Amino acid sequence: MNIFKKTIISVLASLFIMTNVYADKIKIGTEGAYPPWNSKDASGKLIGFEVELAWTLCRYIGKQCEIVEQDWDGMIPALLMRKFDAIMAGMSITDERLKTINFSQGYADEVAQLAVMKGSDLEGMDTPSGINLSIGGSSVKKALKTIEGALAGKTVCVQTATIHQNFLDSGDVGSVNVRTYKTQDEVNLDLAAGRCDVALAAAVAFTDYAEKSGKPVVLVGPTFSGGAFGNGVGVGIRKGGSGAIGERDAQLLKDFNMAINKARKNGDISRIATKWFGFDASM
Amino acid sequence: MDLELMINSFPKLLNATVVTLKLLSLSLFFGLFIGLLFAVMRMSKNLIINKFAYGYSYLFRGTPLLVQIFIIYFGFGQIELIRESFLWVILKEPYWCAIIAFALNTGAYTSEILRSAFQTIKKGYIEAGKSLGISSKIIFYKIQIPIAIRQSLPAYGNEIILMLKGTSLASTVTLMDLTGVAKYIISTTFKPIEVFIVAGSIYLFMTFIIHNLIKFLERKYNY
Repeated sequence: MNIFKKTIISVLASLFIMTNVYADKIKIGTEGAYPPWNSKDASGKLIGFEVELAWTLCRYIGKQCEIVEQDWDGMIPALLMRKFDAIMAGMSITDERLKTINFSQGYADEVAQLAVMKGSDLEGMDTPSGINLSIGGSSVKKALKTIEGALAGKTVCVQTATIHQNFLDSGDVGSVNVRTYKTQDEVNLDLAAGRCDVALAAAVAFTDYAEKSGKPVVLVGPTFSGGAFGNGVGVGIRKGGSGAIGERDAQLLKDFNMAINKARKNGDISRIATKWFGFDASM
Repeated sequence: MDLELMINSFPKLLNATVVTLKLLSLSLFFGLFIGLLFAVMRMSKNLIINKFAYGYSYLFRGTPLLVQIFIIYFGFGQIELIRESFLWVILKEPYWCAIIAFALNTGAYTSEILRSAFQTIKKGYIEAGKSLGISSKIIFYKIQIPIAIRQSLPAYGNEIILMLKGTSLASTVTLMDLTGVAKYIISTTFKPIEVFIVAGSIYLFMTFIIHNLIKFLERKYNY
């Protein structure tokens, strides 16, 4: 056997051994650009509600974890391509996503709301304080009609591939002039610059931006839940296929559900949520 | 491989190709004028004009196109003074921000292509014109420019192809060009490979057309 062959075999062997060693490590994907859910500090370290919660859940599962960064618009494809094993990125549990991936039980509530700059004519919109699209009814219909009228002719900005975009594209509030951005930061920037008349995202994403930038961003209209907005935020996991890998994914789902139960019972989720959001968003 | 998705997404992507082609043609149109202007400035004997043109081409060829778009779109949008000026009418629109960035960028490359083309013209051609008593203005338009265009065709063809691919960055400032729509379809279907194969093929086809068009022009102006 010549040296060339030897080298190749030993490299392949080491790769094989490495995969086995790390096979039990849970890799969790997050965006790192959606404060206060998940973001990065000045040194580039991942921080936020979900980052802290992820470490807590891993402790309950009893396995080593690694948190990796992934752009939002490639989050689900990256999960499917096994770049990581779980998504914790403020991702709401929706029927559309459930067609492609599984979700653990919800761990937190994401409340969506419209935002404008102070002085906009959308301020003081006459709607109930919150509407649930799953429940429906005449008051929800009336509120949606009011919003449809208010958004007509306006440029509405959202982050791409979000529940917020799905809602605006769904036709519930008529045909809206939607502009999509890669990150929530960019939505905030263009809202402040005046390119967007109104934006839709998690209410905390706007309050966090207003607080940090000092820009007069105002929340308007009702808080949204249900329907296109899904049912809380959960851990996204691949649907268990066949074979050992499929079983591992199915086990991971069980592990996360168990860990969320424990974390909820021990008050960890409430504590971490209160720390990052300023209120208890746990569920 | 989801063949049905590929077939279904094709018409949507073809529609978006119109946006891509509009961005490309407008950028190249403005870029050619900018390029010609700065190429002439580069050949000027006036040191200030010469250095200014050099600085322009150095700046735009030395920084990534993505950075240029971000500065024009997100950067200028942060400046109160610009937002309150007449410039905001144009800079408010992502479409024009993209075209400005593309035109300035391709203008810088075009100026270098044209400058080197002008400089390869043999002195003898110009002297021949002069000895026949033709004015230097006519020599410039009838001798220098046609030769420069022929000389610069291969390099300029390359620049068109690079610019075509550069327009994909328009999707980063919310424009729904070919890449933007491809990303949108992926965000609802979660199948990047299929959609990007179709989008990539459309880009490849456009490159094929441009490549052959330039080849045809090269043969036509081969004197």
